[in-house]
Amino acid sequence: MTMAGAFPKNSKYDCIVIGGGHNGLVCATYLARSGRSVLVVEAADRVGGAAVTREFSPGFRVSACAHLLHLMPESVVRELRLGAHGLRLVADGMPTTALSGDGAPLRIDPGNPSALAERSSADAAAYPVYDARLRRLALALQPAFDTPPPRLGTSSWGDRLALLRLGWRIRRLGRGDMRELLRIGGMCVQDLLDEHFENPLLKGALGFDAVLGANAGPRSPGSVLTLLYRMAAAGAAGSSLAQPAGGLGALSDALAEAAIDAGAVIRTSAIVDRILVREDRAAGVVLQSGEQLTAASVVSNADPKTTFLRLLGTEYLDTGFVRRIVHLRARGLAAKLHLALDRPPRFTGLNEAALQGRLLLAPSLEYVERAFNHAKYSEFSAAPILEITVPTVADSSLSPAGKHVLSAVVQYVPYRSAAAGWEQEKERFTNLLVDTLESHAPGLRESIHAAELLTPVDIEREFRISGGHWHHAELALDQFMMVRPVPGAAQYRTPVDGLFLCGAGSHPGGGVMGVAGRNAARQILNGATHASHRRGRKTTPRTDAERATPANEQAA
Amino acid sequence: MLSESEPHFRQPLLKTPFHERARAVSQVDSFIPWAGYTTVDVFTTVEQEYFAIRNATTLYDLTPMVKYRIAGPGAMRYLNRLMTRDIAKLKPGRVAYGVWCNDGGHLIDDGTVFRLGETEYRLCTGERQLDWLLDSAVGFEVEISEVTQEIAALAVQGPTSCALLKTFGLAGVERLKPFELAHFLPPPSLGVAAIMVSRTGFTGDLGYELWMRPADAEAIWDGLMEAGHTRGIRPIGSRALNIARIEAGFLLPNFDFVSSERTLRLGTERSPLELGLGWLVDFQKGHFTGRRALLEEERRGPRRRLVGLDIEGTKPAHNALLYSDNSGKRQVGSVASATWSPTCKRNIALAMMDAPHIEPGLTVWAEIYLNRELVWERRMAQAKLVPRPFFTPERRRLTPPADC
Repeated sequence: MTMAGAFPKNSKYDCIVIGGGHNGLVCATYLARSGRSVLVVEAADRVGGAAVTREFSPGFRVSACAHLLHLMPESVVRELRLGAHGLRLVADGMPTTALSGDGAPLRIDPGNPSALAERSSADAAAYPVYDARLRRLALALQPAFDTPPPRLGTSSWGDRLALLRLGWRIRRLGRGDMRELLRIGGMCVQDLLDEHFENPLLKGALGFDAVLGANAGPRSPGSVLTLLYRMAAAGAAGSSLAQPAGGLGALSDALAEAAIDAGAVIRTSAIVDRILVREDRAAGVVLQSGEQLTAASVVSNADPKTTFLRLLGTEYLDTGFVRRIVHLRARGLAAKLHLALDRPPRFTGLNEAALQGRLLLAPSLEYVERAFNHAKYSEFSAAPILEITVPTVADSSLSPAGKHVLSAVVQYVPYRSAAAGWEQEKERFTNLLVDTLESHAPGLRESIHAAELLTPVDIEREFRISGGHWHHAELALDQFMMVRPVPGAAQYRTPVDGLFLCGAGSHPGGGVMGVAGRNAARQILNGATHASHRRGRKTTPRTDAERATPANEQAA
Repeated sequence: MLSESEPHFRQPLLKTPFHERARAVSQVDSFIPWAGYTTVDVFTTVEQEYFAIRNATTLYDLTPMVKYRIAGPGAMRYLNRLMTRDIAKLKPGRVAYGVWCNDGGHLIDDGTVFRLGETEYRLCTGERQLDWLLDSAVGFEVEISEVTQEIAALAVQGPTSCALLKTFGLAGVERLKPFELAHFLPPPSLGVAAIMVSRTGFTGDLGYELWMRPADAEAIWDGLMEAGHTRGIRPIGSRALNIARIEAGFLLPNFDFVSSERTLRLGTERSPLELGLGWLVDFQKGHFTGRRALLEEERRGPRRRLVGLDIEGTKPAHNALLYSDNSGKRQVGSVASATWSPTCKRNIALAMMDAPHIEPGLTVWAEIYLNRELVWERRMAQAKLVPRPFFTPERRRLTPPADC
């Protein structure tokens, strides 16, 4: 656990970062490196936000929300010297295995598509073509991740240039790929996969990544774009699925080390009650303890709804802006299942080595779509889809010797349970999940020592994310780039001078990426004064003409 | 009022509680729709009705005025964030005119706020705004409901209005100051509940507005007509009122500005600074919707400005384009509302001018089209920029009024 032991007596800082999640820590480090005095206030008793490792049963620890690392760019890891600060991977390039009902799982390895030929030689031939094209398209989008999105409808050359650059990168794809990008950009992933492949198991697994964490099914329009987006983010990371030693919490510990090393101060168990506003400028924070901390800038790693509606308060915002924040789609649809096991799970047809990778339970696109159907009506599916990892295979430090932990993302779990509310439904649903797993890994049930299910409501409560959406806001076309989270706050700046966003709700979004935090820091350092220049803070006296003619003292 | 017997789709326009009385005295059967109600445009002749506003007492049915009840511990903070004016200064028993804007600092609507109690207000507007009002309530402890149909309203305006209301039986009404409200019990013989009276109006003259239960509307109308029959009391329609309000320099939505919630074309929305309502914008009171945009506009200077015009000749410059000289080559603005002012004996107009052309005393040229028995003529008339209001009599503010 990380904390700077003795924080200075003075409570005035250049920047206060609300929330010690990974983006907050990344942002704090870059700000501190520029010579600013930075304080990170974290509500929980440890840093990390949704990238934490915690005990869920005595002796059993698990990455409590995010459980894989695959989106953080190499450059962030390098610039923050996370290796030197203790980050170590116990697994990298983790393969994906698609579980099937017939006991013959399918291993999907982008580097080695020949395994696909066991099921379909046509698929094995089609896969490299499909994969290469999608990667090309994703890479054209990828550079847009590293810069603040341009504002629309301004006359600023910077904004125009940024738009031109994006357009140029797409143009440079060449006619064929550009047409393909325009054609498939709004499509649903099922149509795209049906064009290329025949094996349902392969399609189910590829489609899974398009809808993971999203409020969308394989037949939802735009699901190709979310897939491209995820690939672009992963492309930026330059890496594939990885597992840090000690779970995702170890990554957060390394980020905290980096922040402290850069001079930032971190306070845990410091719950922000509200953001302090003075003369239309963010001036600091007030903690629930009543303590007041002042700063020239306040950077919020909290989700946009929490930041604006709870911490700032609507009285400092315009109605139209509040309307957009209220309408931000931010209802979580993913749950997390943690099982403490007395022995390694034995999935039919898989050896223990396969457990080093991730297992997908999404045997066909139709299965995925049917699972989604229920969520539309606030029900959970009797046949949910899962992303399963057994982190203890690669990292025995997470459990007592010989015992194991199963960590699964359960997709399509509604925020509200229509039937009776989660308190009553949780046990039934946990049982259903265990039954589902049992059918693929016989004997699992009797090896369960303890189980924990985090519904979106639990995620909301534990990680303080309004709506329990682990991307803070749905990642979809209407909430991408210059409209993420909403126009007016899409460049990390907010309508209130001195208040910035740095979390997953900002471009480029969620996943343990850290890019939003880095972009926000750059924006604060580059143009912190930009907004006040643009607006002009001085009020000029009224004109004589106006003083002389108070003509409209009218009543209805 | 929706009647029980008729389904709503058979009553495309509602009737106000005064409708039967109005219909009975209407001589020309001239009705127009207003905010979902049918209301009188002209009772007899516009001239007769106009001169009653300036010389006697008039009754004007303003029931269709959209009314919202805004109440709760957060009501004052809510209104202060909604409106550009400092509502914290509005004391119980007082009324204030104000405007509210969207994020871009563009006018959504104007209206009057009545502070009925410590935590209860009534907002009267020309058009329905519930959508915006409710969205503005996010984060405030306030309840908002539309009460238009629950309250009948009648404007009693004119130089003898105070004397008439005293005769009617509202003892002490003469002590009501402009923008003040109080409750009065009409004579028991009428069998009505207490009514609220505010010294407000849209005529720029001495006048009051009476707020009552719809069930009491006819009795009060009858009582006022009875009390005023020796004083030349006269019901008026919207046409006569329009002349009076232009003389008073008051703005009318959809004529002098279009609500920014309804404009479709870029650049057609208007800010309070452009409309000469800068005195309603309080930058010191804290945040309100549109504040940051209006600060920026004030720094940059408004792009256009609403001005008063005094135009040569007697022909109202309806919809006239304004030019910098009589060659008619360079347009510098256009007329929003125009009328011949019978009281000032001047040809007046409210016009929107492109900002760079505004200097006090500046002369521009108005292009007026005249219909001479279906033969159209174009006339270029000189127009001088003059201060508003055009007509503001002392009796408008005098308390107590001269004859009371």
